[in-house]
Amino acid sequence: MTIRTPSAKHFLILLAALYIGVAAADFDLFLRAVSVFASLLSSVLPILALVLVIMSLLNLAIQPGMAKRMLGEGSGLKGWTFALVGGVLSSGPIYVWYPLIADLREGGMRASLVAAFLYARAIKVPMIPLLIYYFGWNFTLIFTLYLLIFSVLNGLIVERLTESGDG
Amino acid sequence: MEQERLGDEMPKDGKGRKREERKTQRAKSQNIAASLKKTAASFARVFPVLIGVMLLISLILVLVPSSLYAKVFSGNEIFDPLIGAAIGSIAAGNPITSYIVGGELIDQGVSLLAVTAFIAAWVTVGVLQLPAEATILGNRFAMIRNGAAFLSAVLVAILTSVTLGLIWP
Repeated sequence: MTIRTPSAKHFLILLAALYIGVAAADFDLFLRAVSVFASLLSSVLPILALVLVIMSLLNLAIQPGMAKRMLGEGSGLKGWTFALVGGVLSSGPIYVWYPLIADLREGGMRASLVAAFLYARAIKVPMIPLLIYYFGWNFTLIFTLYLLIFSVLNGLIVERLTESGDG
Repeated sequence: MEQERLGDEMPKDGKGRKREERKTQRAKSQNIAASLKKTAASFARVFPVLIGVMLLISLILVLVPSSLYAKVFSGNEIFDPLIGAAIGSIAAGNPITSYIVGGELIDQGVSLLAVTAFIAAWVTVGVLQLPAEATILGNRFAMIRNGAAFLSAVLVAILTSVTLGLIWP
């Protein structure tokens, strides 16, 4: 495991110190946190493996410049569709998708599409029956519709603000 | 004579084709190896950050039980959506948990407005994941995206409540 960025290294050192502190203060709490971490890791690993496979396939299939054409400046409606559908269909925690997004971003993916993808993840198709069970179908319908609209709005706002800082 | 010539050329063509196939096969293998190497390099860079985020989330899940959530709502129609979005931003875990907690909060008398902001922020805003997002996608992008997603969670909650009130009063 290589730690190249100093912030990642500092982040891990800080967490190690935090865990040592917790272990010293309350060993039972420490053990519970480690147990939660183990179950979290085991639940995330299959999705991480899936992301790894998708990344490898994309690296293999996507020629230089292709990501930019599909998700870059001139991608238009096709780019937005990819981002929104990808966001809705992607499962697992948000951080599992960061490596893939970082790869696509390096390839020229627009900031707006990254933000739209991450926001659209709020719509979870397999969990819609549960949302209906707790909040009713009318709430689910309106809520999902607004989440989709705000995925696009978020994308546009994030791109505008990040670019205004760069310029 | 003609037959002799053809006989000479046939094996040559066959060999040439095999050589071409071997070359294509080698190029394919090199492509796969390069792609796997690139993926492994990207992952090695990101994996320590992901482990860090999971360690942080585990600690918060143990320290803050979900039963505490209901206690922070005040019953104020203006502040509760903001409180809901704030708790949703800090909370971590499977979205199913947010629906279950949201359902419990409604049963305890918390407004639908606040609960909607809570479940919208749960998935879209990630305070605990912010160090990872900033390291991997950039500080500025992570701050702006999470800020915009927080405000959006509140707006989605208001619009959902208003629309529901208008269509199904």
